[in-house]
Amino acid sequence: MEPNYKHLQAAHCENGVATGLLRHHGMEFMTEPLMFGMGSGIFYIHIPFMMVNGGPAISYRSMPGLIFSRTCKALGVKVNRKKFSSEKEAVDYLNQQIRLGNPVGCQVGVYNLPYFPAEYRFHFNAHNIVVYGKENGNYLVSDPVMETVTTLTEDDMRKVRFAKGPLEPKGHVYYPENVKQVSQEQIRKAIAKGIRKTAFEMLYIPGPIAGVSGINYTARQIRKWRDKLGPRKAALYVGQIVRMQEEIGTGGGGFRFLYAAFLEQANGYIPNDELLRISDEFTKAGDMWRASAINMGRIFKGRLNEQKDFEESADMLDEIAAVEKQAYKDLRKLKLL
Amino acid sequence: MKKEDVPQDPSALLGVTRDVCYVKDKDGKYTTDLSIGWDVKKQALDNAWDDIKERVAEAALKVKKGEISPVYYFMELKLMDVALLSSYTGFWKLTIRRHFKPAVFRALSEEKLAVYARVFEISSEELKHFKG
Repeated sequence: MEPNYKHLQAAHCENGVATGLLRHHGMEFMTEPLMFGMGSGIFYIHIPFMMVNGGPAISYRSMPGLIFSRTCKALGVKVNRKKFSSEKEAVDYLNQQIRLGNPVGCQVGVYNLPYFPAEYRFHFNAHNIVVYGKENGNYLVSDPVMETVTTLTEDDMRKVRFAKGPLEPKGHVYYPENVKQVSQEQIRKAIAKGIRKTAFEMLYIPGPIAGVSGINYTARQIRKWRDKLGPRKAALYVGQIVRMQEEIGTGGGGFRFLYAAFLEQANGYIPNDELLRISDEFTKAGDMWRASAINMGRIFKGRLNEQKDFEESADMLDEIAAVEKQAYKDLRKLKLL
Repeated sequence: MKKEDVPQDPSALLGVTRDVCYVKDKDGKYTTDLSIGWDVKKQALDNAWDDIKERVAEAALKVKKGEISPVYYFMELKLMDVALLSSYTGFWKLTIRRHFKPAVFRALSEEKLAVYARVFEISSEELKHFKG
């Protein structure tokens, strides 16, 4: 079958794959911000005792896979997911889907992705791509972080699908099934549901590490890092925060701009001035995250730093937490349906 | 972020791709724009790589001094830790730590060397004869 998948570049890989696949199946209205918002993608968590590339483990979004699953559930779409213990079965299954002309999402590790910039190739296993065909023995790939489509050899594909380490893909393949046209009413419900879930998670997940309180937690840690780790390592830790927040895939400002865009689009389906006002609050939060990154940049730039620089960065995070907390409270109060 | 504020600082993305940014256009509506990079990010990434390069250089020096085996050096070079190397090789973490000892490494069987060589994407000879 002729491959006919339409490449979609997106800020974030999972959003991009999920949005592209649903559009491929006829859901023309789907956009990256809608996918992200309906799937309650915005989040914050600082996992203590866990290290990522020798730095703190912080995430600005929900767990990999959740966005697509939640959005599909809200829209009545079934997601078919498969993982494999045998590499051969995984290869056969992918080839079979390609023969059927069914573009599929694949979870991959980026360390062996040859088309990625070398500097970005860490052992990170929660990247997502669409595989939509095979030509001359090479897989045709639509990677949402790339501007155009690309290809992978069979050997590269096997390596990236069976990368090892945290979040092992195990050949993970997924695609939506039985995609039907959805009504405006269903879209409005999915939007409202996504917003409610986000507000709840950010405000009320118990414990100090997740949601808005997680941002305060990171601030408290930052104040301790310089004494605990020494100026050099502390600076590297701060650098890691900036990378998680601004690197490929967040749309800038740790996904906060993307969420602001979602609220703006939500207003198109459920007209409500409050949505626009709160959208502006998220834009403000995103700008504050960017300002915080610049401030942190001063810490790791010259490697000469003082405790007061860390205190300043921590203060900024506490301010962001306050702005976001109010925004989620306002979202929770909204009567959308 | 406003569209006119999208940073365009050359970075590792150059010639490969550009970053999608969600930004406000002049009417205050959200749109997307593409960025070739941002100095703050570039600096953070460069620092991370400087740190990695230092660790790799230190590992090479230790191999040279005969304090540690080439397995350790190539693990660092491939950005791995013991846990990850254990998943790729199928050896236990404790076993791998033993293989870090030069004396134990010298006595390794060809089969075990071949496993490491495959994971490190080098030949067994390269692994055996790496002198730091």
